[in-house]
Amino acid sequence: MAIVYSKTEGLTDKQFHYCPGCTHGIIHKLVGEVLVELGVLGKTVGVAPVGCSVLAYDYFNCDMHEAAHGRAPAVATGIKRVLPDNVVFTYQGDGDLASIGTAEIIHAAHRGEKFTTIFVNNAIYGMTGGQMAPTTLIGQKATTAPLGREVATAGMPLRMSEMLATIDGAVFVERCTVHNVAGIRKTKKAIKKAFEVQLEGKGFGIVEVLSTCPTNWGLTPVESLKWLEENMIPYYPLGNFRTPEEGK
Amino acid sequence: MTEKVILAGFGGQGVMSMGQLLTYAGMIENKQVSWLPSYGPEMRGGTANCAVIVSKSPVGSPIITTDATAALVLNLPSLLKFEDSIVANGNLLINSSLIEEKAKRSDLNAYYIPANDIANEIGNSRVANMVMLGAYLELTKVVSVDSVIEALKKVFGPDKQHLVPLNKEALDRGAAAVK
Amino acid sequence: MAKVLMKGNEAIGAAAIKAGCKHFFGYPITPQNELPEFMSRELPKIGGAFVQAESEVAAINMIYGAAGTGARVMTSSSSPGLALKQEGISYAAGAELPCVIVNISRGGPGLGGIQPSQADYYMTTRGGGNGDYRHPVYAPATLQEAVDLTMEAFDVADYYRTPVIVLGDGMIGQMMEPVEFKEATKRELPAKEWATTGTEGKRKPNIINSLALDPAELEKHNIKLDNRYKEIIEKEVRHEMYKMEDAEVVLVAYGTTSRIVKNAIDALQEEGIKVGLIRPITLWPFPEKAFLDIPETTKAILTVEMSMGQMIDDVKIANEGRLPIHFYGRAGGMIPAPEEIINKVKEILGGVK
Repeated sequence: MAIVYSKTEGLTDKQFHYCPGCTHGIIHKLVGEVLVELGVLGKTVGVAPVGCSVLAYDYFNCDMHEAAHGRAPAVATGIKRVLPDNVVFTYQGDGDLASIGTAEIIHAAHRGEKFTTIFVNNAIYGMTGGQMAPTTLIGQKATTAPLGREVATAGMPLRMSEMLATIDGAVFVERCTVHNVAGIRKTKKAIKKAFEVQLEGKGFGIVEVLSTCPTNWGLTPVESLKWLEENMIPYYPLGNFRTPEEGK
Repeated sequence: MTEKVILAGFGGQGVMSMGQLLTYAGMIENKQVSWLPSYGPEMRGGTANCAVIVSKSPVGSPIITTDATAALVLNLPSLLKFEDSIVANGNLLINSSLIEEKAKRSDLNAYYIPANDIANEIGNSRVANMVMLGAYLELTKVVSVDSVIEALKKVFGPDKQHLVPLNKEALDRGAAAVK
Repeated sequence: MAKVLMKGNEAIGAAAIKAGCKHFFGYPITPQNELPEFMSRELPKIGGAFVQAESEVAAINMIYGAAGTGARVMTSSSSPGLALKQEGISYAAGAELPCVIVNISRGGPGLGGIQPSQADYYMTTRGGGNGDYRHPVYAPATLQEAVDLTMEAFDVADYYRTPVIVLGDGMIGQMMEPVEFKEATKRELPAKEWATTGTEGKRKPNIINSLALDPAELEKHNIKLDNRYKEIIEKEVRHEMYKMEDAEVVLVAYGTTSRIVKNAIDALQEEGIKVGLIRPITLWPFPEKAFLDIPETTKAILTVEMSMGQMIDDVKIANEGRLPIHFYGRAGGMIPAPEEIINKVKEILGGVK
C-alpha cells in the first residue's frame, strides 16, 4: 500500500502538550515540513520562547535553544552572527514577541538580522492562564480584563506585522491564518518564502500566524476557528506586507 | 626615584597625549609607569588632567592626591586646582602665556614658561604642550628626550612622521626656557 | 612579546581576542566604552562579529545564543548595565553556557555616578539573577593582571561550563599601564559536544535550556551545578598575601583599593608598624583558607573597600569570629587616600583617637 501521508522528519516523536483544538500543532508541522523540503533541517538552529510553545525545543528535530521571555530574537542574533551559514529561526507567541520582547524583535528587524521568526498570535496569554495580551481584541475577556479589553485603559490591540513592515531591515512580512485548509496552505507558502529569504541572505523575515486558544477563549475547537475568522481577521488583515521583490 | 606628575589644562591643549608620551617614554626605558586620566563630563570642554607615575619600583596606587612631585598646568583652573597637590620642594610648571597669576606657595620650585608664545614662534600653537614637557624633562631628567621622540614616532604612525621635527624643536625650546 | 602601553578597557579586549574570542555583544555605558569600541574595530579584521545591541538585556541574550553555538564570547558593561544583564547571566548559569562578562563598575545605587567604585561586590558574588547559582569573579588590581585573568576567565568558563565575571572599576578601565600578552598555559578543555551547530542529520538535536518542570529533575540539575561549584571552590581560589609576616593588623582589600592599601602598608612599615594584606583575586570563590594563615601576632583585621561594606561579610565568614574586624570605606566614586587608611590602622592600634 502506498504511503500517502507521514509525519515530517522535521518534528521529533515527542507528543505535543498542546490543548485539544489548539493550532500550535499545525504551525509546528508546517515549520518542520518546510525545513525538510528546503533540505536545511541538519543545519538549523531554532529558538523557543516562553509561553505555550516553551517546550518547542522538544518538538523540532533540530538543534534548539530555549530563550528567556521575549529574548528569542537576541538569542537568534547571537547564534546567526557566529553561524552565518546555518539556518536560524525563532518561534514566539504574542506575549513573548508583542509585549515583553518588543524591543528585541524590532531591533532584530532593524538590524536586518538574517533569521526567520514565526509569530503565533492567539490574542491571549495561554500558558499563564488567559491574561490580556497586547493583541487581545477590544471587548475580548481575559483573566486580567474580566469585563473585556477597554480602549480607555488598555489601548487598541497592537498590529505587529504592520509595525514591522515599516522597518527597512524586515524584508519579508506576511500575516496568515491556520483556521482553514486554504489558510494552512498559504501559511506554509509564506513560511517557506521567509526561510528562502534567509537562505538568500536578504534580511529579516517574519510570518505572523493567527492561531486559536480554545481553552482560554472558553470556546470549543470548532467555535474557536469561527471566532478567529469572524473577530481576528477583520482586525488583523491577512496578506503580505513586504517581500524582497518589492524594491526591484 | 619615583616621579608623580599631574598634567592639566583645557580639553584640547593636549595634556592627555603629553601624559601618554611621558608614560610611553618611561616604558621604553624599562621603568615602571602608569597613566590615569580624569574621565566623564568634566572632559567635555572643562579641565582635563591626567596623573603619570614613572618609577624604578612597581607602581602602587596610580592616583596622585597630595603627593605630586610635579604639576604641569596649562590654564588657570588647573593652577588653582593642583597647586596644593604638590609636595614641598616639588616642581610647579606654569604656562605663563595663559596664566597671569603666580604660585601662592613659597615652598615650591615654580617655573613660568610662555608655552603658547614659544609654540607660536616656532609656527604651531598646538605644540605648547610639548614646550611644557620639554621644560619638565630638563628639570627632572625623569626620561630622556630621545625616549620621548621614540614614543612620539610610535604614537604618530607612518602618516605623521613629518611632525616629529616640530615636536622635537618644541621640546628643546621648552628645555631652553628653564636652563 | 614586548610590552605595550594600553588603556585597561582596550587591554581587556585585546586579551579576549588573544584568548580566541571573536564575537562581542554590548551596549554603551561609561566607563567601559573603550572596550566595545576596541572590539568594533578589531573583530571584523579577524572574521568575527561585533554587535551593538539595542539594550543590555539583548546583549546578554545574544551572548546566550552565541555561547550556545560553542563560540568564545564576551560582553561588557558597567554597574547599572550589569544589573540589567542578571536575567541572562542566570539563564546562562542554568543552561551551563561558558561566557565572559566584564563589569567596569561605578557608584550606585540606581544611575549612581561614573567614578571608580566597588559597590557591585554583592551583585557579582551573590548573583543578582534568580536561582541557585554561582559563578567565578576575578578582580584584577593591575592591567597586567586584567589581561592575564581575562584570558584565564575564558578557560575557566569553558572548563566548568559557567559564566565568569571580570570585575574592574573605572580606574582599571581608564588607566594605562604596560602589558604583555603571554601565551597562557593551556588547560585540557573538553570538546563542546553540547554546542548547537546543526545536527547535519548525524546526531540527536542539542538543546540549550534552563527549563526543568519536573522538580526531581531540577533538583538533580541543582546538585550537579553545586558539585561543580564545590570543585571551583576547591581548585580555583586565588589570592595574594603581602607583607604578612608578624603583622599586627591584617588589611583585606581587592582590585583598585588593594593598590592604595599597599601604599599605606609600605608607609606604615617604614614607621615600624607591621601590617599586611590579604588580597582576594577571586572574589568568588573567596579565599577563606587564607585567613587560617594569619599570623599569631595579628590583633585585628581591617577591611578596606570602595563601598559602605560588602566584602566584609565574606571576611566575617572566613574569620569565623577569631579576630575583631574593622572597616574603612569610601563610596560614590570617592577613592580612599593612603593617609586615611594609615590613620585608621593607627586608630585600631590605639595610636590615634
